[in-house]
Amino acid sequence: MTKTRASLLTAAAISAVPLALIAGFAWAGGWVGAPRLGGSTVVDAIEFNAGRHEGYRRAHAKGVCITGYFTASGKAAPLSRARLFATGRYPVIGRFSTGGGNPFATDGRNVFHALALQLTGPDSQIWRMAMDHVPIFPVATPQAFAALQRASRVDPATGKPDPAAMKAYLAVHPETRAYQDYIAAAPLPDSFANGTYFSINAFRLIDQTGTSRVVRWAFEPEASFGALDKAALARLPQDFLFDDLSERLARGPLRWRMIVTLAAPEDATDDATVPWPAGRRTVEAGTLTLTAAQPEERGACRDITFDPTILPDGVALSDDPLLAARSAAYAASFRRRAVETPGPSAVGKKLTQGGG
Amino acid sequence: MLPDRFALAIRLLHWTTAALIIAMLFIGVAMVSTAGPAYSALLALHRPLGIAILLLACIRLAIRFGTRAPPLPGDLPRAQARVARASHILLYLAMIGLPLIGWAMLSAGSYPVRLGAGLVLPPILPPGALAFGLLRELHALAAFALFALILGHLTAALVHGFVRRDGVLATMGFGRNAALEPPVDETGESLEEAEDEAPTGEAETPPPA
Ligand code: HEM
Ligand code: HEM
Ligand code: HEM
Repeated sequence: MTKTRASLLTAAAISAVPLALIAGFAWAGGWVGAPRLGGSTVVDAIEFNAGRHEGYRRAHAKGVCITGYFTASGKAAPLSRARLFATGRYPVIGRFSTGGGNPFATDGRNVFHALALQLTGPDSQIWRMAMDHVPIFPVATPQAFAALQRASRVDPATGKPDPAAMKAYLAVHPETRAYQDYIAAAPLPDSFANGTYFSINAFRLIDQTGTSRVVRWAFEPEASFGALDKAALARLPQDFLFDDLSERLARGPLRWRMIVTLAAPEDATDDATVPWPAGRRTVEAGTLTLTAAQPEERGACRDITFDPTILPDGVALSDDPLLAARSAAYAASFRRRAVETPGPSAVGKKLTQGGG
Repeated sequence: MLPDRFALAIRLLHWTTAALIIAMLFIGVAMVSTAGPAYSALLALHRPLGIAILLLACIRLAIRFGTRAPPLPGDLPRAQARVARASHILLYLAMIGLPLIGWAMLSAGSYPVRLGAGLVLPPILPPGALAFGLLRELHALAAFALFALILGHLTAALVHGFVRRDGVLATMGFGRNAALEPPVDETGESLEEAEDEAPTGEAETPPPA
């Protein structure tokens, strides 16, 4: 009797160990407990909004690859030990894109014009950035991002988002209004070549002594500004921006100055919905020169992800929660599209159809 | 004669890698479950720890081939001994394979395999999105299979240690263990004879001839 009791106890004690591990594992993985927002949940929300376009990026699906180089002025070298800031010329690959999950959307939309880059330093360390043509973002957190994706899904019946859902969203996310007001009023560049591309999120530069400073940066175009007529967007040719880009590149290289802005102590470093006031100290870190574009089928930009947390030593994350969120979401999007058959890109399709 | 225990280096490595691998499984599923700041922090930890496990497992395997391992108890059924052997081989495979898959997958995805400031491993596969995608799925699958294997392994170890009490658990242990050494009284004299405990296998009445 006592013997069976003892062996039952032993059996119970022994089974408790794997069971505890399983319970801990389930908790760590978020399968039990409060629902958690992960990269794949965020991408689910994007797919809910934009539909599922297999083989393409879940956001910024329409794009073209570019190549060129970055010429560092050396002026940012005292701020960061990244070798990319030391005077010199370093290779760049990148991608121009327009916002949204539809790879064949028309360019006549008041959406992000975007520039993604990969700079390779003399020590082979790489720096990836993905930037938009606006200085602020509609949301500050991944939770708000997913909620906005769900609320702003276009109802196929009306061609507009459900006003009730949007109203409910905006009631709890007033920060999105600032962005909506900005994007409604701001002029929309009439070319990829004359847009300013903003990091939006804050990062840290770390110098030789280990001192870190919070910065945002922007690539300011050399090309003179021109704005699209927002009232006439619907009449714009489908691939207007992409056609314009290849015409301009055929005429010669395009240039942008990289301007690094240092935060003042009172500036928000963890909130991408809030711009920093003008008049902050800036440093011109160098010049980006883009020399050629390639359709995604042939270029080097399709099969990588421009995860903005891929940074060289000397550049680091800030406390902006969007950074980790972006990394997780870009990984989830890449994971999905990598096992799907990539379809033709808008630019590539046109080339084959046009016999070019 | 075969030793009672694994070589000290093997035992030390066994417990360090055991702790690291279990931690890595938790870190892995936790980071993928969140889009919060923990994602980046855990991923930055995941890569160097994974590569450390790869190194430790290689060292351990080298030592294992150069030293003698204790035998399994002679009364262990043949099938069980086979399962034990096969599961140990699978554990070694996973300890080396899983980090290699992680490294290869990041290489194929054109990610830098960054271990820490200034330390970036070279790619071990050429870029390829499909290879990245398949290895990414394989990394998750292999990790879950390893977790299941570890559950079985540690349950078996506990059964050996506390039900069968056959000394197998002690082959990976450090302290003095009654199952391995004859018990000793205060005077330092062996108590083995005095205890006169019948070995389990011989307790049954012999079958009639
Ligand atoms: C939580 C916020 C955000 C989420 C969840 C998100 C999500 C995504 C996803 C899933 C992709 C596709 C990645 C791929 O498959 O490779 C993408 C691409 C992109 N995102 Fe974001 N994004 C966020 C914020 C931002 C911000 C703040 C910017 C601009 C500063 C930005 C700029 C871009 C650009 C330029 C691309 C295209 C990159 C390329 O050409 O490969 N995103 N985003
Ligand atoms: C023994 C070593 C390792 C173990 C036990 C392990 C375990 C895991 C687990 C459980 C996951 C989550 C899978 C999922 O739920 O989808 C994961 C994901 C991942 N692991 Fe590992 N891993 C190991 C080594 C490595 C190494 C060496 C690297 C790279 C150098 C690596 C890179 C990654 C990456 C990039 C992810 C996915 C992140 C994402 O998709 O968001 N792992 N790992
Ligand atoms: C945490 C609980 C664990 C316990 C209680 C445990 C216990 C043991 C014991 C007692 C042995 C010796 C078996 C024999 O004499 O043949 C052993 C061997 C072994 N263990 Fe574990 N272990 C644990 C975790 C792990 C983990 C996480 C791994 C790696 C994934 C691992 C890998 C191995 C391997 C490969 C062997 C075979 C050693 C050889 O023959 O070279 N163990 N373990």
